[in-house]
Amino acid sequence: MDTKQYIESGILELYVYGLLSETENSEVSQMAKEQEEIEAEIISIEKAIVNLSTSFSPFLSADNFEKIKAKLDLKYSKVIDMKPRNNWSQYVGWAAAVTLLVGISYQYAQLSENQNQVATIEKEKMNLKDTLVNLKAKNKQTLTALTVIRDTNNTVINLGGQAVSPKSYAKIYWNKETELVYVDATGLPEPPEGMVYQIWSLKLAPQLTPTSIGLLSEFSTNTEKIFAVEKTGDAEAFGITLEPAGGSKSPTMEQLYTLGKV
Amino acid sequence: MTQEELIPLILRKDERAFTIMYDMYSKSLFSVISNLLKETEDAEDTLQEVFVKIWKSIDSYSENKGRFYTWILNIARNTAIDKLRSKGYNNSKKNLSADNFVHLLDDSNKLTNRIDTIGILEFVKKLKPKCIEIIELLFFQGYTQQEASDELAIPLGTVKTQNRNCINDLRTYLKV
Repeated sequence: MDTKQYIESGILELYVYGLLSETENSEVSQMAKEQEEIEAEIISIEKAIVNLSTSFSPFLSADNFEKIKAKLDLKYSKVIDMKPRNNWSQYVGWAAAVTLLVGISYQYAQLSENQNQVATIEKEKMNLKDTLVNLKAKNKQTLTALTVIRDTNNTVINLGGQAVSPKSYAKIYWNKETELVYVDATGLPEPPEGMVYQIWSLKLAPQLTPTSIGLLSEFSTNTEKIFAVEKTGDAEAFGITLEPAGGSKSPTMEQLYTLGKV
Repeated sequence: MTQEELIPLILRKDERAFTIMYDMYSKSLFSVISNLLKETEDAEDTLQEVFVKIWKSIDSYSENKGRFYTWILNIARNTAIDKLRSKGYNNSKKNLSADNFVHLLDDSNKLTNRIDTIGILEFVKKLKPKCIEIIELLFFQGYTQQEASDELAIPLGTVKTQNRNCINDLRTYLKV
């Protein structure tokens, strides 16, 4: 059977009506795939019958479609051209979200940076404060030293280096009225660990009598090396010995660093 | 949108495609259903049921089985016939001369496609009564060739060709 005869047989109409057996259906379907003429004929028949039946449709209320949508839980309304607008707003939404995210990230980075800066400045401030405290302390020491040195009421006693350390020297500033004694230890070497300089006021006659008037503790931290020690009223000479930490009851004469008469 | 463009979207369950499909075929199916079920309420319930079935069983449709329109037409006819039986309608063969799809035009209250219908009315006047009968039986009621041959008292072999001639008249009129 040629194509024309096949078409004229009327089988394609029955195919569109849905009246053929499953086997016949598959045959026609296959033929339609192979021959464009048959496919085109089927489409025309379908158009004609859809057109005819549509024209005979009684009034169909829009409620029906709404009810179907409700039963199927479909979201889209009958307005077809919603699609592009939906997409558009969707993209804008994403764009806004991304922009917001970028903005937040930027702000967060800025915040971190600012916090770091604050921490750094805070640290610098602390350092400056420490420096200031140190300077103040140093200033106080310097002022004390200056006051001691400038005080005309002070008797200055030069202590010369002795056998154990010939190059050492020291000065005693002694106010005989107030009995205050200051030691300028600039000329003494740093005491070894566990050792400390001890200051003695000495009476020479009738016999040599040493009296301890203090230790030069915290020797290294006192940058001006001006130390206040205990009062004395009747010294005839001053001596400085190196003693074990905490000091000794009587001076270790082998470790006499400096000595000077009033 | 053609059926060829529509089907892939429907098979992907695109909800917008469902709307387009409804617009394309709901009236065609509603006329088939209304021709079988005379009560408007029954016809509307059935139409809703049909489209729910179409959407829910869309996975069982394959283009190898035939036209998509044919598939939904069968669902519509079968659902309407089931409804007929369950409702206890008088399911005996109808009095065809008085009762066929052309009666759908009689009820002016139901008339929907006034402009289309005027054109169709002109056509129906020209259409041979034999054509109305054969389209009624085969297309609207889904009679087999044998059933139609018995009903119309014409030889089995001529049912197909007579229907073909009627559809050709229709196509000439619609220019498709």
